[in-house]
Amino acid sequence: MQVETFSTLQEASGAVHDRAQFLAGGTILMRAVTYGDQSFDTIVRAQQVDRSIGSDAGGLRIGAGATMADVLASRDVDFLHPVARAIGGPQVRNMGTVGGNIFARNPYGDFAVALLALDAQAVMADGRTMPLGDLLATRERPGGLVQAVTIARPESGTFRFRKVSRVKPKGVSVMSIAAHLKRGDPRVVFGNMAPTPTRSVGAERALANGTDAGAIAAACSACLEGLAPADDPLATEWYRREVAPVHLKRLLEEGARY
Amino acid sequence: MSSVEFRKDLFADERDDNLKEIGKPTIRQDILGHVTGRTPFYDDHQFDGLLHMRAVRSPHHHAQIRGIDTSAAERMPGVRRVLTAKDVPNNLNTLLSLINFGRDDEPLCAHDKVRFMGETVAWVIADTERQARDAVAAVRVDYNVLPHVLDVEEALQPNAPVVNEVYPNNTFDYNGKYDHQKLRFGDVNKAFAEADHIVEAEYQMSPIEQAPIETCGAIAAPETNDRFVCYTNTQALFFSLGTTSKLLDIASSRLHFIGGTAGGGFGGKVDSIVEPTAVLGAMLTGRPVRFAWDREEEMQVGAPRGGERWRIKDGVMNDGRIIAREFTGFFDSGAYVRLSSYAIVKCTGHIPGPYTIPNVASNIYCVVTNRTPATAMRGFGITAADFAIECHMDRVAETVGMNPIELRILNAYRDGDMKAHRRPAKNTALIECCQVAAGKAAWPISADAAAQSSKVGGGVGERGVIPASVTDEDGKIGDRRAGRSEGTSPSRRGTGKVAAGTRVEAKTEAHMQDPDMALEADRIGHRMGSASTAPPAPAPAATPAPPAPAPVAATPSHPQPTAPVPPAPQVQPSAPVPTPPPAAPEPYQPEQPFQRGLNRPGTSRFTSGFRRR
Amino acid sequence: MAKTPVTFTLNDMETALFVDPGANLNDVLRRGAGDLTTKNGCGQGTCGACTVLIDGVPHLSCLTLAESTEGRRIDTTGGLAGGPELHPLQTAFMEGFAAQCGFCTAGMLMAAKALLDKTPNPTREDVVEAISGNLCRCTGYEPIIDAILTAAARMQGRAV
Repeated sequence: MQVETFSTLQEASGAVHDRAQFLAGGTILMRAVTYGDQSFDTIVRAQQVDRSIGSDAGGLRIGAGATMADVLASRDVDFLHPVARAIGGPQVRNMGTVGGNIFARNPYGDFAVALLALDAQAVMADGRTMPLGDLLATRERPGGLVQAVTIARPESGTFRFRKVSRVKPKGVSVMSIAAHLKRGDPRVVFGNMAPTPTRSVGAERALANGTDAGAIAAACSACLEGLAPADDPLATEWYRREVAPVHLKRLLEEGARY
Repeated sequence: MSSVEFRKDLFADERDDNLKEIGKPTIRQDILGHVTGRTPFYDDHQFDGLLHMRAVRSPHHHAQIRGIDTSAAERMPGVRRVLTAKDVPNNLNTLLSLINFGRDDEPLCAHDKVRFMGETVAWVIADTERQARDAVAAVRVDYNVLPHVLDVEEALQPNAPVVNEVYPNNTFDYNGKYDHQKLRFGDVNKAFAEADHIVEAEYQMSPIEQAPIETCGAIAAPETNDRFVCYTNTQALFFSLGTTSKLLDIASSRLHFIGGTAGGGFGGKVDSIVEPTAVLGAMLTGRPVRFAWDREEEMQVGAPRGGERWRIKDGVMNDGRIIAREFTGFFDSGAYVRLSSYAIVKCTGHIPGPYTIPNVASNIYCVVTNRTPATAMRGFGITAADFAIECHMDRVAETVGMNPIELRILNAYRDGDMKAHRRPAKNTALIECCQVAAGKAAWPISADAAAQSSKVGGGVGERGVIPASVTDEDGKIGDRRAGRSEGTSPSRRGTGKVAAGTRVEAKTEAHMQDPDMALEADRIGHRMGSASTAPPAPAPAATPAPPAPAPVAATPSHPQPTAPVPPAPQVQPSAPVPTPPPAAPEPYQPEQPFQRGLNRPGTSRFTSGFRRR
Repeated sequence: MAKTPVTFTLNDMETALFVDPGANLNDVLRRGAGDLTTKNGCGQGTCGACTVLIDGVPHLSCLTLAESTEGRRIDTTGGLAGGPELHPLQTAFMEGFAAQCGFCTAGMLMAAKALLDKTPNPTREDVVEAISGNLCRCTGYEPIIDAILTAAARMQGRAV
């Protein structure tokens, strides 16, 4: 094992290779190091990380180095507070980052579920910008480090998030669901229901024209379309398929209609 | 402050409330160390040149080991030694062999085959933990994967794979005769025929990991006096010492075990695996060696409370009286028996729960499967059976349309009632518990139920005697594998009968060796019968007991050796026919003089302790 | 194996060590700095027994790359007592039966200290939230929550 430390994210970008992993908050990577993961032998880190959270003309920008605690401390992203609060305990929230969460494999990665529902754009260290969905699809071989994510602030009451876990208050996800109920172009994203956070195309189609009772029923019955749940120690594939519509219904029925 | 509520109004006459310590909160004597972080747990002892030992573990539930290639691992940086089964001097043990119960069935390191996922097949000792992990990943094991069985009843099928060749029927053998532990009290089949309702259900409990925050671990190091010191978090220090002595074939006088401080245990730290492993590492490297499970190992190979499956059948009258209760139970011991055989003996003594039921039968199986071996956990043998029993009580209450708490009070045992394991119940308190629970939950109960007492009405008439009990001979070892056995539940037809008996006083198996062992009633509690100190009251006229089948010890109250021994009569077949007066007690005559240590094949002579037969 | 120098302030003491590449802070505190008051229960961020304060904020030492603490301030249970005087949290834990086996206690104390440093008058919900990253298998948590509230009250000079 060796550690390569760079000043900036841009410099660190060049050092990441097949047998190297970039260290963000460490909550997942350091476990792999301690437990003897043989798939990598180099830790790459940057001393300067972008922890800023702020808004500009283009919308909201969250530095990839912002921790869950940073998110909770920022009023600009108050709609994401329930998401950040659902992740880990206080110590994990002080360490785990927004950027790291994008690369967190199941059963982690709840924040990325929310970001995908908000149509986030990933700003890479080299300045490129790409839709988060594209990055998630290639996250095992990402070809660059994430500098920040940008999102548009959702209209009040249109963003919902729900994490389903067996242990309160800090169990890991059986699944998580984020919905951004934009009329005409809604987003419904499931976590832990596929290898990466994944949009439920069936639910989105059913909710395109509103969230009345009929649309909710249709969304629930079609919500598994596009998803590929699997067995893991937390739940079986069968269980996940059975309860996904139940939790989606609860998510959609809470709060105001649009 | 959260607090325990002392209900001093209950059983006040049986208790002295003017004691200095008992009944009063006391600050823990070890608490200052805990709150300052200075309590020395095993891993808080530091050694120069400490080496780290890690296990290579099976990825299969059941597989033959065709070969192990350690050459690549041995060449890796920091690696001091790679160990396999051939490095263990006496690689076969069962935990309870130290009390002479069960057959040796478990290697410290698998050699011919692995029987559960995560079983040890080799170890690596290296300078750092990461180096040991890297080398573990480089050990190549050639497995021939075998069919496995993970379900207790599948394991009892004639065509099921044999998990552990020491127990070829996939069951522990009780008394060398039965593939299950039996209990017979009264005649359940006759009572079922008379009952107004039959209530039957099945309950399944999953294994539960104790999950102490501190995982199992030990550090062993050579000492200058040719001994090995072992710092361990075992819950059973002398068990671990004896087991280490046996597995490593080393005099226990050369082992210096230091323990007593465990970061939680709950039964998960009695299996004595990390201690012999660490001492073996220290013996073979001459260096201090730390062997500690990480959290994943604790969850995967740390022995849990075993899974249990229960079938309960009750015969119930319309008024809620339960007149018969029959159990069929399956304990999943996993690949090695460890303590499961004992848990079942304990469970059989507990059946049918805290209730007085005149007819009880149970067959309980200790089943060997390809799961992680099970072990102790908080009330093991009792807890899961109680879960099933209490669920079943609610079912019975629903069936007869009765308040479930009143149903429990109606059937609750009381002082003096004969329990199914043929000992009178003492210090019972279920009725008072139910009454207090009903009050706390604002659950209404009748005035009659609220007026009941555990101290009143027990032991009256039939409640206090052992009924004539129907026996059967089903379940003999070998029949099941041959497919001849009819089933696992208690037999529908009896083959013999044990005559009824009066209540029995405490059994005297051997005379005390030392006057200090005499029990003094005034020192051990209020409910001790006067009969123990006073000479036994002469029984009425001597008449020979009627001809009856030899009394069968249905439930040995103590674990018995598996070698076939004639069962000791526990029940005097007597009442209603009077018994002859007890003969003058014979002086105790041991079959063999007491001797130090064990004299059993395959057992270290150096295992500590006196043995009394 | 090439080692990396790292310096930090541990319980007000300047500390300089050479650490293995990839070593976590928990190992370095325990085996390097000899501070055994920080425990290791899981090595994967589940149990919270290894909680330390880095610049006053609770972190999991088992998931912290040791060399990333260069120049930072680390507080452990070893520094909680001020000389012979116990911290009010320690006293409250002692009196309130808030520890049985004692293995989670050091982590609980550090999580509680971080809370009280920031929120001197916590509600019960605040306390539950603050220790939600710390597992205890013995006590059932209630005595721990009560002890933290008691300590907070005493530190504020309120009657308990």
